[in-house]
Amino acid sequence: MFVTAVLAMGALAALLATVLTIADKYLAVEEDERLEALIDALPGNNCGACGQPGCRGFAEALLTGSVQPAQCTVGTAEEKTQIADLLGVAVGEAERLVARLACAGGANVARFRARYIGTPSCAGAALISGGGKGCTWGCLGYGDCVASCEFDAIELNAHDLPEVIEDVCTACGDCVEACPKDLFSLEPAADRLWITCRNEEAGDSLLEHCQVACTACGRCAFDAPEVVAMSGNLPVIAGDQTAGRVAIDRCPTGAIVWIDDDGVQHRGREAEVIVRQGALRVGST
Amino acid sequence: MNLFSRRSFHHGVHPDSEKAATRDLPIRRFPFAPLLVVPLEQHAGRPARAVVREGQEIRRGQKLGEADGEISAAVHAPASGMVRRIGLVPSPLGRMVSGVYLEPWPGSTQEVAEGAPCDPATATSEEIITAIKHAGIVGLGGAAFPTHAKLRVPDGQVDVLIINGAECEPYLTTDYRVMLEQTDDLLLGIRYLLKATAARRAILALEHHTRDVSDQVRASATDLPLELRVLAVKYPQGAEKLLIKTLLGREVPSGSHPVAVGALCINAATAAEIGRLLPHGRGILERVVTFAGSGIDNKGNYRIPIGTPLRFALETVGTTEAVSRVLLGGPMMGQTVADLDVPITKGISGVIAFAHTPPATVYPCIRCARCLEACPLDLNPAELGALARAGEHERMATEYHLADCFECGACSFICPSHLPLVQEFRSSKAYLRRIPATSE
Repeated sequence: MFVTAVLAMGALAALLATVLTIADKYLAVEEDERLEALIDALPGNNCGACGQPGCRGFAEALLTGSVQPAQCTVGTAEEKTQIADLLGVAVGEAERLVARLACAGGANVARFRARYIGTPSCAGAALISGGGKGCTWGCLGYGDCVASCEFDAIELNAHDLPEVIEDVCTACGDCVEACPKDLFSLEPAADRLWITCRNEEAGDSLLEHCQVACTACGRCAFDAPEVVAMSGNLPVIAGDQTAGRVAIDRCPTGAIVWIDDDGVQHRGREAEVIVRQGALRVGST
Repeated sequence: MNLFSRRSFHHGVHPDSEKAATRDLPIRRFPFAPLLVVPLEQHAGRPARAVVREGQEIRRGQKLGEADGEISAAVHAPASGMVRRIGLVPSPLGRMVSGVYLEPWPGSTQEVAEGAPCDPATATSEEIITAIKHAGIVGLGGAAFPTHAKLRVPDGQVDVLIINGAECEPYLTTDYRVMLEQTDDLLLGIRYLLKATAARRAILALEHHTRDVSDQVRASATDLPLELRVLAVKYPQGAEKLLIKTLLGREVPSGSHPVAVGALCINAATAAEIGRLLPHGRGILERVVTFAGSGIDNKGNYRIPIGTPLRFALETVGTTEAVSRVLLGGPMMGQTVADLDVPITKGISGVIAFAHTPPATVYPCIRCARCLEACPLDLNPAELGALARAGEHERMATEYHLADCFECGACSFICPSHLPLVQEFRSSKAYLRRIPATSE
């Protein structure tokens, strides 16, 4: 009895081992041995900013040659050179993008009409009559973008307005998806002019709700016609921006800003200076 | 007539009805606000296209906007006056929409401009649907879906027309008052609708506490193939899919319309409005709104011009000092407003104002499964909520039938931990609308 069992199991094991050995030889998946090395060299955030489904996808795309090492927005220059050397290709060039917020209405300059009491998230608040902010386009300030950013590149400032740390931002686009007001977009980091407002209304009556709103006065487009044009009560930037700094000069509210090399936003000379530190009272004026 | 079959759907909840304060108050008229705000987007579908210009003098009842396409509705001037501005106006949707600022003439007689009348005896189905389209009629129960688009069904596909008089939201008494005071309009509306849909019979569904409407309907002797059914009082009895299940025993498949089971549901106030407007060829200029809740002084049912700013409406009926929360619609499915400058639109059936109540503390889910027993669609709100909090919006849609949820609020109402379940579901739906699921 005992012997039969041992023999039967032994025979079965031998048979299956043979099958597996043959399968290993004839059904083997050929994998480029460089793949593992590439995956190791990549940052491993799986952020998707390169447009590929994670770092493995990017590594596979590198091997087929459909992407260049420079298209990884997270890795350092050293890591990219290492990858390029490994593959024997050029690092390539990619335009660096960063996330930018099209709203400057922090709690000290933009008013809430009503106090929202409920789940403290922008997505939840936006469902209740738009969140209660005086400007229905504006940032609600509950920080869904901060929570979504896995690189800690967004912080809420003292007035509940998100600020992007451009050096850390990898343009993965998570904040673009997280914002229920669609205020984030990925812009070339080299772009200097930026409109910090999405309000489609015109006129000074807007200032009642937000002191930094674009009132569609059109001065920026008048001063820098080759760079800025007005469309639907908001300025639109096009063309070579290097000569466009003049556009911000006469903006009365500072809704158009100039971003310098360090990512600092500069408002124009005539923009009203607001020194209020606390939040505006909830309700109408 | 089968009057006392008190059937209902399974599950559901029993909120306090709170209707006693307004149910016996007759509909009263409302003054014109000094400036009316008429959004061109008051309905589901595309906004109406403005057909007036700034500075134009217009008569009450004249069209301000024409329906833009099939899923859209016309908008009429609620008062004679002058168009002050065309542009963005605040709306109960929580965003600015295009609309018209209209200044009524103070001394005008406010006579209504008549259009081409539609005779119920001779009009064809197509003529009635066109007349409804010109009248700008939308579902007055709250969803504001253009009625003419709903009525365009293939011939012979609808055999039962259900007139939904089950006003299951607490506080609201508009449909009840309209059915009681405009019984003739209601019956005429049903006559129009039967002809338009070629349905063989109609059922008027009432909840038990509004059963006195049935005496009124029987008193006005009629040759209509109309059946009266009185249902048990339960929330959400007035949801169309549940109503069809209760009345006909037919289940509307997930993702399809009631037409798939040969039924068509029309709100009772909408039917009455059709009966009131079509014989004169007029458009919707006003609607009946219940003002109720602890924050309102003169509670009641008011026939209020479309476009009346909420602030003016609340000042007119009077509010108590402590009012801190205003809802448009009923307390279960209604929307809290953040801005008192929004106007009353066609889809608003109630304005409920409450004095301040401290918000309930939210506790974690204790897995008591009361929400599962409350959900009239047999969904799993507890699991959906957990997925929403984990950000698994796509799984909610693919595995837990998020799209079937019509946000009745029964789960949030019953939850002993006060979890804002419906808000979470709506938030997930909004996310999926903005970022369509990637197909991988």
